Amino acid sequence: MIFLSETLAWLGDPAHWVGASGIPTRLAQHLLFTLVTLVVAGAIAVPIGFVIGHTGRGRSVAVATAGAFRAIPTLGLLTLVALWVGIGLNAPFVALTVLAIPPILAGAYTGFEAIDRKIIDAARAVGMSELQILLKVELPLGLPLLIGGLRSATLQVVATATLAAYIADFGLGRYLFEGLRIRDYGEMLGGSVLVIVLAIVLEGVFALVQKLVVPRGVTAGRPTDIRDGSSRSRAVMEPAIEEGNINVHSK
Amino acid sequence: MTWIWSNLDLIWDRTFDHLVLSVPSIVLSFIVALPFGWLAHRYRASRAVILTSVGLLYAIPSLPLFIVLPFIVGTSIRSPLNLIIALTLYGVALMVRVVADGLGAVDRDVRQSATAVGFSGWTVFWQVELPLAGPVLLAGLRVVAVSTVSLATVGAVIGAQSLGSLFTDGIQRGIQAEIIAGIIATVLLALALDGALVLLGRLLMPWTRPSAIGTVSRTSAALAEATP
Repeated sequence: MIFLSETLAWLGDPAHWVGASGIPTRLAQHLLFTLVTLVVAGAIAVPIGFVIGHTGRGRSVAVATAGAFRAIPTLGLLTLVALWVGIGLNAPFVALTVLAIPPILAGAYTGFEAIDRKIIDAARAVGMSELQILLKVELPLGLPLLIGGLRSATLQVVATATLAAYIADFGLGRYLFEGLRIRDYGEMLGGSVLVIVLAIVLEGVFALVQKLVVPRGVTAGRPTDIRDGSSRSRAVMEPAIEEGNINVHSK
Repeated sequence: MTWIWSNLDLIWDRTFDHLVLSVPSIVLSFIVALPFGWLAHRYRASRAVILTSVGLLYAIPSLPLFIVLPFIVGTSIRSPLNLIIALTLYGVALMVRVVADGLGAVDRDVRQSATAVGFSGWTVFWQVELPLAGPVLLAGLRVVAVSTVSLATVGAVIGAQSLGSLFTDGIQRGIQAEIIAGIIATVLLALALDGALVLLGRLLMPWTRPSAIGTVSRTSAALAEATP
């Protein structure tokens, strides 16, 4: 039970809640840094993702790039950039922005791709311009997946910002490295628990937002049976009659 | 470049350390994820509980988990076992959802046909559902392999040796070539494991070989041959 007692003792010490290296300051640094990184990465990735999703061009390049980025170790990128631009906040900022772009980009274009083509054809048929289709049809329908992309980017940035304390004096990660260095179990455990709680709270917030942004018309028609996994087209067969399904003949 | 040539032994040693961390984690996460994925696929109540838990588990940042885990399971913080457990947890978190989705994508008619010709629930799973979900599971396992290899480098900052040690050593001594060598070696290792999984998939699931996929691709292949 060394885990609980050490953690609680460190977290409960009022001295750790004030000053420049206090928990509120470090937490604010961590959050602000995450926010700025996401805004910059989003400003780059969202427009590109929308263009890919709307036109369908450049998709294979985006997929290949995202796959390659998954293989690149974050710590390697972080240390390499640090060696180039020097110790400080610039290195993690550059490295984390680069890491946050692929998930946001993927969220943006997969959101568009998941939309039924008939809906977009219908929008075009009623006379909407390409910009109107983008803003009034594709954007709202693709929003849940875009938020999903932002969600994974946020988790990655929060996690890697912790790691970034290895090369810069900021954020909650400082407690982990300082605790490790001076073998203060309370400090490293307390810091770890703070980061874990922060990540889980953000995950919860994003899960909620992702549910809230689904347009009302979309939720109404969602299939509910999780075992209904027939991938085969029934076009050549008689429609299967299922109990309680009143739309049998609509196909 | 000279650094890389004169330190090939070191790179090779760290690559071996890296394999010792990542390969058991990848294999274990597949084995552990199967029953949980099946549970998440089979019952609605367990689906909600399991998928929410793995979602939260995956949300936990790696470095804090590496530090907290030894105090919970009693391993030493620098021991490879600590990292293997943590990496397995992440692999499971990714893989459970894939298993549930893969099993869910098996055609209902096929499942019912299997039951109709006399397969029991257990044999339907092993002989019908699992092989048919195979390609989805393989795709998931490839993602797990690549991200495990990448994530294992983080252990270097707590003193567990891997290719990540080249990053920590490189930044402390200011050797750029060492960091670049570490990145390249990590990416190559990830690609090698990915390729090994693809080969394994071709061996175990011969029906998924490109030449055997449907008539459309066969026709296009024939067309490609006919028009040089």
